[in-house]
Amino acid sequence: MAREKAIEVTVNGITHRKTVSVRTSLADFLRDHLYLTGTHIGCEHGVCGACTVSVNGKAVRSCLMLAVQADAKQITTIEGLRDENGEWNEMQKAFFENFALQCGYCTPGFLTSAIELLRENPDPSEAEIREYLSGNICRCSGYQAIIDAVQAAAAATRAQRQA
Amino acid sequence: MKAPWFEYYAPATLDEALKMLGDADLDGRVLAGGQSLMPMLNLRVADPAMLVDINGIPGLDGIEENADTLSVGALVRHADILNSPAVRARWPLLAEAVTQVAHPAIRNRGTVCGSVAHNDPAAEAPSILATLDGTVIIASAEGRRELPAEEFSQGMLSTALEPGEMVVGLRYRRPPEGTGSGFVEFARRLGDFAIAGAAALLTMRDGVCERARLTILGMGDGPVRACEAEDMLTGKTLANGAAREAFEAAAAAVKAAVDPAEDVHATSGYRRHLTGVMTIRALEKALARAGGGE
Repeated sequence: MAREKAIEVTVNGITHRKTVSVRTSLADFLRDHLYLTGTHIGCEHGVCGACTVSVNGKAVRSCLMLAVQADAKQITTIEGLRDENGEWNEMQKAFFENFALQCGYCTPGFLTSAIELLRENPDPSEAEIREYLSGNICRCSGYQAIIDAVQAAAAATRAQRQA
Repeated sequence: MKAPWFEYYAPATLDEALKMLGDADLDGRVLAGGQSLMPMLNLRVADPAMLVDINGIPGLDGIEENADTLSVGALVRHADILNSPAVRARWPLLAEAVTQVAHPAIRNRGTVCGSVAHNDPAAEAPSILATLDGTVIIASAEGRRELPAEEFSQGMLSTALEPGEMVVGLRYRRPPEGTGSGFVEFARRLGDFAIAGAAALLTMRDGVCERARLTILGMGDGPVRACEAEDMLTGKTLANGAAREAFEAAAAAVKAAVDPAEDVHATSGYRRHLTGVMTIRALEKALARAGGGE
Protein backbone atom coordinates (compact mmCIF):
# COMPACT_ATOMS: atom_id res chain seq x y z
CA MET A 1 0.00 0.00 0.00
CA ALA A 2 1.47 3.20 -1.12
CA ARG A 3 0.75 6.14 -3.30
CA GLU A 4 3.21 4.87 -5.91
CA LYS A 5 3.44 1.47 -7.53
CA ALA A 6 5.76 -0.22 -10.01
CA ILE A 7 3.96 -1.61 -13.06
CA GLU A 8 4.86 -3.51 -16.20
CA VAL A 9 2.69 -2.69 -19.17
CA THR A 10 3.02 -3.81 -22.77
CA VAL A 11 1.97 -1.06 -25.14
CA ASN A 12 1.98 -1.66 -28.89
CA GLY A 13 4.25 -4.67 -28.37
CA ILE A 14 6.83 -2.89 -26.21
CA THR A 15 7.02 -3.72 -22.49
CA HIS A 16 7.52 -0.75 -20.19
CA ARG A 17 8.48 -0.87 -16.51
CA LYS A 18 7.52 2.33 -14.71
CA THR A 19 6.70 3.56 -11.25
CA VAL A 20 3.49 5.58 -11.28
CA SER A 21 1.32 7.44 -8.82
CA VAL A 22 -1.65 5.18 -8.06
CA ARG A 23 -4.13 7.93 -8.98
CA THR A 24 -2.70 8.35 -12.49
CA SER A 25 -5.21 7.35 -15.16
CA LEU A 26 -4.17 5.04 -17.95
CA ALA A 27 -4.74 7.93 -20.38
CA ASP A 28 -2.31 10.19 -18.51
CA PHE A 29 0.17 7.32 -18.20
CA LEU A 30 0.16 6.76 -21.97
CA ARG A 31 0.49 10.46 -22.74
CA ASP A 32 2.74 11.80 -19.98
CA HIS A 33 4.90 8.79 -19.10
CA LEU A 34 5.21 7.03 -22.45
CA TYR A 35 4.74 10.19 -24.60
CA LEU A 36 2.14 8.40 -26.71
CA THR A 37 0.08 11.53 -27.22
CA GLY A 38 -2.11 10.01 -29.91
CA THR A 39 -4.54 8.98 -27.16
CA HIS A 40 -6.64 12.10 -26.68
CA ILE A 41 -8.38 13.22 -23.53
CA GLY A 42 -11.73 14.93 -23.98
CA CYS A 43 -13.99 14.82 -20.95
CA GLU A 44 -12.18 12.67 -18.36
CA HIS A 45 -15.42 11.07 -17.23
CA GLY A 46 -16.16 8.49 -19.87
CA VAL A 47 -18.66 10.39 -21.98
CA CYS A 48 -16.79 11.46 -25.13
CA GLY A 49 -14.86 8.32 -26.12
CA ALA A 50 -11.75 10.19 -27.36
CA CYS A 51 -9.44 8.28 -25.00
CA THR A 52 -10.66 4.80 -26.00
CA VAL A 53 -7.79 2.29 -26.30
CA SER A 54 -7.67 -1.49 -26.52
CA VAL A 55 -6.78 -3.38 -23.31
CA ASN A 56 -6.25 -7.12 -23.78
CA GLY A 57 -8.23 -6.86 -27.01
CA LYS A 58 -11.20 -4.96 -25.56
CA ALA A 59 -12.07 -1.29 -26.07
CA VAL A 60 -11.75 0.60 -22.80
CA ARG A 61 -12.00 4.24 -21.73
CA SER A 62 -8.43 4.98 -20.65
CA CYS A 63 -9.61 7.94 -18.54
CA LEU A 64 -11.69 5.54 -16.41
CA MET A 65 -8.95 3.02 -15.77
CA LEU A 66 -5.99 3.54 -13.49
CA ALA A 67 -2.49 3.00 -14.84
CA VAL A 68 -1.87 0.55 -11.97
CA GLN A 69 -4.82 -1.52 -13.24
CA ALA A 70 -2.99 -1.92 -16.56
CA ASP A 71 -0.19 -3.85 -14.83
CA ALA A 72 0.62 -7.01 -16.86
CA LYS A 73 -1.89 -6.02 -19.56
CA GLN A 74 -1.46 -5.67 -23.34
CA ILE A 75 -2.49 -2.30 -24.68
CA THR A 76 -2.91 -1.06 -28.24
CA THR A 77 -3.12 2.66 -28.91
CA ILE A 78 -3.51 4.62 -32.15
CA GLU A 79 0.29 4.49 -32.50
CA GLY A 80 0.13 0.69 -32.69
CA LEU A 81 -2.39 0.30 -35.51
CA ARG A 82 0.07 0.13 -38.41
CA ASP A 83 1.12 -3.35 -39.48
CA GLU A 84 4.68 -4.70 -39.31
CA ASN A 85 5.51 -3.09 -42.68
CA GLY A 86 4.41 0.31 -41.44
CA GLU A 87 1.22 0.23 -43.52
CA TRP A 88 -2.00 1.71 -42.19
CA ASN A 89 -4.63 -0.84 -41.38
CA GLU A 90 -7.87 -0.97 -43.37
CA MET A 91 -9.75 1.26 -40.96
CA GLN A 92 -7.10 3.98 -41.06
CA LYS A 93 -7.04 3.84 -44.86
CA ALA A 94 -10.84 4.01 -45.02
CA PHE A 95 -10.93 7.04 -42.66
CA PHE A 96 -8.37 8.78 -44.89
CA GLU A 97 -10.13 7.94 -48.15
CA ASN A 98 -13.60 8.87 -46.88
CA PHE A 99 -12.59 12.16 -45.24
CA ALA A 100 -13.77 10.70 -41.94
CA LEU A 101 -11.90 13.24 -39.88
CA GLN A 102 -11.79 16.96 -39.74
CA CYS A 103 -9.93 18.23 -36.66
CA GLY A 104 -8.89 14.67 -35.78
CA TYR A 105 -9.37 14.98 -32.06
CA CYS A 106 -11.94 12.17 -31.78
CA THR A 107 -10.27 9.97 -34.41
CA PRO A 108 -8.11 7.71 -32.19
CA GLY A 109 -11.17 6.74 -30.13
CA PHE A 110 -13.34 6.23 -33.20
CA LEU A 111 -10.70 4.01 -34.81
CA THR A 112 -10.38 1.84 -31.70
CA SER A 113 -14.16 1.45 -31.38
CA ALA A 114 -14.67 0.82 -35.11
CA ILE A 115 -11.92 -1.82 -35.20
CA GLU A 116 -13.54 -3.62 -32.26
CA LEU A 117 -16.91 -3.46 -34.03
CA LEU A 118 -15.55 -5.20 -37.13
CA ARG A 119 -13.85 -7.83 -34.98
CA GLU A 120 -17.23 -8.69 -33.47
CA ASN A 121 -19.32 -8.14 -36.57
CA PRO A 122 -17.55 -8.19 -39.96
CA ASP A 123 -20.63 -7.00 -41.87
CA PRO A 124 -22.49 -4.43 -39.76
CA SER A 125 -25.52 -2.55 -41.05
CA GLU A 126 -25.56 1.24 -40.94
CA ALA A 127 -27.83 1.08 -37.88
CA GLU A 128 -25.44 -1.30 -36.13
CA ILE A 129 -22.49 1.01 -36.87
CA ARG A 130 -24.38 4.02 -35.52
CA GLU A 131 -25.35 2.07 -32.41
CA TYR A 132 -21.84 0.78 -31.78
CA LEU A 133 -20.21 4.17 -32.26
CA SER A 134 -22.80 6.03 -30.17
CA GLY A 135 -20.26 6.26 -27.35
CA ASN A 136 -17.82 8.33 -29.42
CA ILE A 137 -18.51 12.00 -29.97
CA CYS A 138 -17.26 13.97 -32.99
CA ARG A 139 -17.80 17.68 -32.41
CA CYS A 140 -17.02 18.52 -36.03
CA SER A 141 -20.10 16.30 -36.50
CA GLY A 142 -18.61 14.37 -39.36
CA TYR A 143 -20.60 11.27 -38.51
CA GLN A 144 -21.80 10.40 -42.00
CA ALA A 145 -18.27 10.23 -43.35
CA ILE A 146 -17.25 8.09 -40.39
CA ILE A 147 -20.11 5.64 -41.08
CA ASP A 148 -19.07 5.54 -44.75
CA ALA A 149 -15.48 4.78 -43.72
CA VAL A 150 -16.48 1.92 -41.44
CA GLN A 151 -18.61 0.41 -44.19
CA ALA A 152 -15.70 0.76 -46.65
CA ALA A 153 -13.27 -0.82 -44.18
CA ALA A 154 -15.71 -3.67 -43.56
CA ALA A 155 -16.02 -4.32 -47.30
CA ALA A 156 -12.24 -4.15 -47.80
CA THR A 157 -11.59 -6.52 -44.89
CA ARG A 158 -14.16 -9.03 -46.16
CA ALA A 159 -12.68 -8.85 -49.68
CA GLN A 160 -9.21 -9.52 -48.26
CA ARG A 161 -10.43 -12.56 -46.35
CA GLN A 162 -12.06 -14.00 -49.46
CA ALA A 163 -8.97 -13.39 -51.62
CA MET B 1 -10.07 16.97 -13.74
CA LYS B 2 -7.81 14.36 -12.21
CA ALA B 3 -8.64 12.01 -9.34
CA PRO B 4 -7.75 13.15 -5.81
CA TRP B 5 -5.12 11.35 -3.76
CA PHE B 6 -5.96 7.92 -2.39
CA GLU B 7 -4.22 4.77 -1.25
CA TYR B 8 -4.58 1.83 -3.60
CA TYR B 9 -4.87 -1.76 -2.52
CA ALA B 10 -5.45 -4.76 -4.78
CA PRO B 11 -6.11 -7.79 -2.55
CA ALA B 12 -5.81 -11.32 -3.92
CA THR B 13 -8.69 -12.77 -1.90
CA LEU B 14 -12.19 -11.69 -0.92
CA ASP B 15 -11.41 -12.18 2.79
CA GLU B 16 -8.51 -9.77 2.51
CA ALA B 17 -10.69 -7.22 0.69
CA LEU B 18 -13.45 -7.46 3.33
CA LYS B 19 -10.90 -7.03 6.10
CA MET B 20 -9.62 -3.83 4.49
CA LEU B 21 -13.17 -2.55 3.94
CA GLY B 22 -14.06 -3.39 7.54
CA ASP B 23 -11.35 -1.14 8.97
CA ALA B 24 -13.17 2.18 9.36
CA ASP B 25 -9.91 4.11 9.74
CA LEU B 26 -8.91 3.14 6.20
CA ASP B 27 -12.09 4.62 4.63
CA GLY B 28 -12.00 2.18 1.71
CA ARG B 29 -14.25 2.07 -1.34
CA VAL B 30 -14.62 -0.91 -3.66
CA LEU B 31 -13.20 -0.39 -7.14
CA ALA B 32 -14.73 -2.91 -9.56
CA GLY B 33 -15.44 -1.74 -13.13
CA GLY B 34 -14.82 1.88 -12.20
CA GLN B 35 -17.32 3.23 -14.73
CA SER B 36 -19.20 5.21 -12.05
CA LEU B 37 -16.54 5.56 -9.35
CA MET B 38 -13.76 6.78 -11.66
CA PRO B 39 -15.86 9.64 -13.11
CA MET B 40 -16.85 10.57 -9.54
CA LEU B 41 -13.18 10.64 -8.54
CA ASN B 42 -12.20 12.64 -11.62
CA LEU B 43 -15.04 15.09 -10.96
CA ARG B 44 -13.99 15.17 -7.28
CA VAL B 45 -17.45 14.30 -6.00
CA ALA B 46 -16.01 11.19 -4.33
CA ASP B 47 -12.93 11.36 -2.16
CA PRO B 48 -12.26 8.02 -0.42
CA ALA B 49 -8.97 7.58 1.44
CA MET B 50 -8.43 4.16 -0.12
CA LEU B 51 -9.55 2.15 -3.14
CA VAL B 52 -9.87 -1.61 -2.73
CA ASP B 53 -9.50 -2.95 -6.27
CA ILE B 54 -11.31 -6.31 -6.47
CA ASN B 55 -10.41 -7.02 -10.12
CA GLY B 56 -7.70 -9.51 -9.16
CA ILE B 57 -9.88 -11.62 -6.87
CA PRO B 58 -10.70 -15.01 -8.39
CA GLY B 59 -14.18 -16.51 -8.29
CA LEU B 60 -16.21 -13.30 -8.56
CA ASP B 61 -16.86 -13.42 -12.31
CA GLY B 62 -19.32 -16.30 -12.50
CA ILE B 63 -22.76 -16.37 -14.15
CA GLU B 64 -24.68 -19.35 -12.76
CA GLU B 65 -28.09 -20.51 -13.88
CA ASN B 66 -30.30 -22.80 -11.81
CA ALA B 67 -33.86 -23.97 -12.32
CA ASP B 68 -35.35 -20.89 -10.67
CA THR B 69 -32.56 -18.32 -10.56
CA LEU B 70 -29.66 -16.64 -12.29
CA SER B 71 -26.73 -15.52 -10.12
CA VAL B 72 -23.99 -13.11 -11.11
CA GLY B 73 -20.79 -12.32 -9.23
CA ALA B 74 -19.26 -8.96 -8.38
CA LEU B 75 -16.92 -8.94 -11.39
CA VAL B 76 -19.48 -9.84 -14.05
CA ARG B 77 -19.36 -7.03 -16.62
CA HIS B 78 -22.34 -5.80 -18.62
CA ALA B 79 -20.59 -7.24 -21.71
CA ASP B 80 -20.45 -10.68 -20.03
CA ILE B 81 -24.24 -10.56 -19.58
CA LEU B 82 -24.64 -9.52 -23.22
CA ASN B 83 -22.43 -12.42 -24.37
CA SER B 84 -23.81 -15.09 -22.02
CA PRO B 85 -25.58 -17.87 -24.00
CA ALA B 86 -27.78 -18.62 -20.96
CA VAL B 87 -28.92 -14.98 -20.68
CA ARG B 88 -29.51 -14.68 -24.41
CA ALA B 89 -31.54 -17.87 -24.54
CA ARG B 90 -33.56 -17.68 -21.32
CA TRP B 91 -33.38 -14.23 -19.69
CA PRO B 92 -34.81 -11.94 -22.38
CA LEU B 93 -35.49 -8.95 -20.08
CA LEU B 94 -31.88 -8.89 -18.91
CA ALA B 95 -30.57 -9.40 -22.45
CA GLU B 96 -32.72 -6.59 -23.83
CA ALA B 97 -31.90 -4.10 -21.08
CA VAL B 98 -28.13 -4.61 -21.13
CA THR B 99 -27.91 -3.53 -24.78
CA GLN B 100 -28.98 -0.09 -23.55
CA VAL B 101 -26.40 0.15 -20.77
CA ALA B 102 -24.05 2.93 -21.87
CA HIS B 103 -21.70 2.12 -24.78
CA PRO B 104 -19.55 -0.92 -25.70
CA ALA B 105 -16.34 0.38 -24.07
CA ILE B 106 -18.23 1.11 -20.83
CA ARG B 107 -19.95 -2.29 -20.92
CA ASN B 108 -16.54 -3.97 -21.28
CA ARG B 109 -15.52 -2.64 -17.85
CA GLY B 110 -18.62 -1.74 -15.85
CA THR B 111 -20.08 -4.41 -13.58
CA VAL B 112 -23.72 -5.25 -12.94
CA CYS B 113 -23.18 -5.40 -9.17
CA GLY B 114 -21.40 -2.04 -9.28
CA SER B 115 -24.34 -0.44 -11.04
CA VAL B 116 -26.73 -1.86 -8.43
CA ALA B 117 -24.48 -0.67 -5.58
CA HIS B 118 -24.28 2.80 -7.17
CA ASN B 119 -28.10 2.92 -7.55
CA ASP B 120 -28.52 5.67 -10.09
CA PRO B 121 -32.31 6.04 -10.66
CA ALA B 122 -31.74 6.18 -14.43
CA ALA B 123 -29.56 3.06 -14.56
CA GLU B 124 -30.85 -0.19 -16.04
CA ALA B 125 -29.34 -2.75 -13.64
CA PRO B 126 -31.19 -1.72 -10.44
CA SER B 127 -34.54 -1.59 -12.28
CA ILE B 128 -34.08 -4.99 -13.87
CA LEU B 129 -33.10 -6.49 -10.51
CA ALA B 130 -36.30 -5.06 -8.97
CA THR B 131 -38.45 -6.30 -11.87
CA LEU B 132 -37.05 -9.84 -11.64
CA ASP B 133 -37.67 -10.02 -7.85
CA GLY B 134 -33.93 -9.95 -7.35
CA THR B 135 -31.81 -10.38 -4.27
CA VAL B 136 -28.59 -8.57 -3.38
CA ILE B 137 -25.91 -10.73 -1.74
CA ILE B 138 -23.83 -8.69 0.68
CA ALA B 139 -20.62 -9.66 2.46
CA SER B 140 -18.53 -8.12 5.19
CA ALA B 141 -15.75 -9.36 7.46
CA GLU B 142 -18.51 -10.44 9.87
CA GLY B 143 -20.39 -12.63 7.41
CA ARG B 144 -23.05 -12.56 4.72
CA ARG B 145 -26.60 -11.33 4.40
CA GLU B 146 -29.14 -11.00 1.64
CA LEU B 147 -31.65 -8.27 0.89
CA PRO B 148 -34.48 -8.09 -1.64
CA ALA B 149 -33.87 -5.42 -4.30
CA GLU B 150 -36.58 -3.09 -2.99
CA GLU B 151 -35.08 -3.07 0.52
CA PHE B 152 -31.56 -2.60 -0.83
CA SER B 153 -32.44 0.57 -2.74
CA GLN B 154 -32.70 3.49 -0.31
CA GLY B 155 -33.07 6.38 -2.69
CA MET B 156 -30.93 8.40 -5.09
CA LEU B 157 -27.38 6.94 -5.11
CA SER B 158 -27.92 5.35 -1.70
CA THR B 159 -28.44 1.79 -0.56
CA ALA B 160 -28.76 -0.34 2.56
CA LEU B 161 -25.03 -1.18 2.40
CA GLU B 162 -23.41 -0.58 5.79
CA PRO B 163 -19.82 0.58 6.17
CA GLY B 164 -17.51 -2.39 5.64
CA GLU B 165 -19.96 -4.23 3.39
CA MET B 166 -19.76 -4.92 -0.32
CA VAL B 167 -22.10 -6.42 -2.91
CA VAL B 168 -20.66 -9.81 -3.86
CA GLY B 169 -23.48 -11.02 -6.06
CA LEU B 170 -27.02 -10.67 -7.39
CA ARG B 171 -29.68 -13.32 -7.82
CA TYR B 172 -32.54 -12.89 -10.29
CA ARG B 173 -35.68 -15.00 -9.98
CA ARG B 174 -36.96 -16.69 -13.12
CA PRO B 175 -40.46 -15.47 -14.03
CA PRO B 176 -43.21 -18.12 -14.29
CA GLU B 177 -43.98 -20.02 -17.50
CA GLY B 178 -45.93 -17.93 -20.00
CA THR B 179 -44.23 -14.64 -19.12
CA GLY B 180 -43.31 -12.10 -21.76
CA SER B 181 -40.95 -9.21 -21.08
CA GLY B 182 -40.38 -5.74 -22.45
CA PHE B 183 -37.76 -3.09 -21.76
CA VAL B 184 -37.79 0.38 -23.30
CA GLU B 185 -36.10 3.63 -22.51
CA PHE B 186 -35.84 7.08 -24.00
CA ALA B 187 -32.53 8.95 -24.10
CA ARG B 188 -31.26 11.82 -26.25
CA ARG B 189 -28.33 9.72 -27.42
CA LEU B 190 -28.41 5.92 -27.50
CA GLY B 191 -26.67 4.61 -24.39
CA ASP B 192 -27.02 7.79 -22.37
CA PHE B 193 -28.85 7.73 -19.05
CA ALA B 194 -32.56 7.34 -19.65
CA ILE B 195 -34.80 10.40 -19.38
CA ALA B 196 -37.55 7.84 -18.83
CA GLY B 197 -37.84 4.08 -19.20
CA ALA B 198 -39.90 1.07 -18.20
CA ALA B 199 -39.40 -2.65 -17.65
CA ALA B 200 -42.42 -4.96 -17.77
CA LEU B 201 -43.24 -8.61 -17.26
CA LEU B 202 -46.67 -10.04 -18.04
CA THR B 203 -47.57 -13.64 -17.22
CA MET B 204 -50.50 -14.68 -19.38
CA ARG B 205 -52.86 -17.65 -19.27
CA ASP B 206 -55.87 -18.02 -21.58
CA GLY B 207 -55.81 -14.31 -22.38
CA VAL B 208 -55.81 -13.26 -18.73
CA CYS B 209 -52.90 -11.52 -17.02
CA GLU B 210 -51.99 -13.70 -14.03
CA ARG B 211 -49.07 -11.62 -12.83
CA ALA B 212 -47.62 -8.24 -13.76
CA ARG B 213 -44.34 -6.57 -12.90
CA LEU B 214 -43.67 -2.99 -13.90
CA THR B 215 -40.67 -0.85 -12.96
CA ILE B 216 -40.07 2.75 -13.98
CA LEU B 217 -36.59 4.20 -14.38
CA GLY B 218 -35.33 7.73 -14.63
CA MET B 219 -37.78 8.93 -11.97
CA GLY B 220 -37.65 9.47 -8.27
CA ASP B 221 -34.98 8.19 -5.98
CA GLY B 222 -34.25 4.79 -7.46
CA PRO B 223 -36.04 2.13 -9.43
CA VAL B 224 -39.78 2.68 -8.87
CA ARG B 225 -42.00 -0.39 -8.80
CA ALA B 226 -45.40 0.63 -10.13
CA CYS B 227 -47.38 -1.56 -7.71
CA GLU B 228 -50.74 0.13 -8.30
CA ALA B 229 -50.48 -0.42 -12.06
CA GLU B 230 -49.40 -4.03 -11.44
CA ASP B 231 -52.50 -4.62 -9.34
CA MET B 232 -54.72 -3.01 -11.97
CA LEU B 233 -53.37 -5.35 -14.66
CA THR B 234 -53.47 -8.55 -12.60
CA GLY B 235 -56.60 -10.55 -13.37
CA LYS B 236 -57.46 -8.45 -16.44
CA THR B 237 -58.31 -9.96 -19.79
CA LEU B 238 -55.77 -8.61 -22.26
CA ALA B 239 -56.70 -10.70 -25.29
CA ASN B 240 -58.74 -9.65 -28.32
CA GLY B 241 -57.84 -5.98 -28.27
CA ALA B 242 -58.69 -5.43 -24.62
CA ALA B 243 -55.05 -4.63 -23.85
CA ARG B 244 -55.00 -1.05 -25.12
CA GLU B 245 -57.52 0.24 -22.61
CA ALA B 246 -55.91 -1.67 -19.72
CA PHE B 247 -52.45 -0.39 -20.63
CA GLU B 248 -53.66 3.19 -20.90
CA ALA B 249 -55.24 2.95 -17.47
CA ALA B 250 -51.98 1.50 -16.09
CA ALA B 251 -50.00 4.32 -17.72
CA ALA B 252 -52.35 6.91 -16.20
CA ALA B 253 -51.81 5.37 -12.76
CA VAL B 254 -48.04 5.43 -13.26
CA LYS B 255 -48.10 9.06 -14.40
CA ALA B 256 -50.12 10.03 -11.35
CA ALA B 257 -47.75 8.18 -9.02
CA VAL B 258 -44.37 9.47 -10.23
CA ASP B 259 -42.89 12.78 -9.22
CA PRO B 260 -40.21 13.46 -11.82
CA ALA B 261 -37.47 15.95 -11.20
CA GLU B 262 -36.87 18.84 -13.56
CA ASP B 263 -33.38 19.28 -14.93
CA VAL B 264 -31.42 20.42 -17.96
CA HIS B 265 -32.50 17.32 -19.90
CA ALA B 266 -36.26 17.50 -19.46
CA THR B 267 -39.03 19.30 -17.66
CA SER B 268 -41.05 17.47 -15.03
CA GLY B 269 -44.13 17.43 -17.25
CA TYR B 270 -42.24 16.02 -20.23
CA ARG B 271 -40.73 13.28 -18.07
CA ARG B 272 -44.19 12.39 -16.74
CA HIS B 273 -45.57 12.23 -20.29
CA LEU B 274 -42.67 10.04 -21.44
CA THR B 275 -43.17 7.71 -18.49
CA GLY B 276 -46.70 6.99 -19.71
CA VAL B 277 -45.48 6.36 -23.25
CA MET B 278 -42.67 4.08 -22.05
CA THR B 279 -45.09 2.16 -19.80
CA ILE B 280 -47.43 1.39 -22.68
CA ARG B 281 -44.59 0.39 -25.02
CA ALA B 282 -42.99 -1.92 -22.44
CA LEU B 283 -46.35 -3.57 -21.68
CA GLU B 284 -47.13 -4.00 -25.39
CA LYS B 285 -43.78 -5.67 -25.97
CA ALA B 286 -44.27 -7.95 -22.98
CA LEU B 287 -47.75 -8.95 -24.11
CA ALA B 288 -46.59 -9.68 -27.67
CA ARG B 289 -43.78 -11.85 -26.35
CA ALA B 290 -46.15 -13.70 -24.04
CA GLY B 291 -47.93 -14.76 -27.22
CA GLY B 292 -50.33 -11.83 -27.43
CA GLY B 293 -52.34 -13.25 -24.56
CA GLU B 294 -54.19 -15.59 -26.86
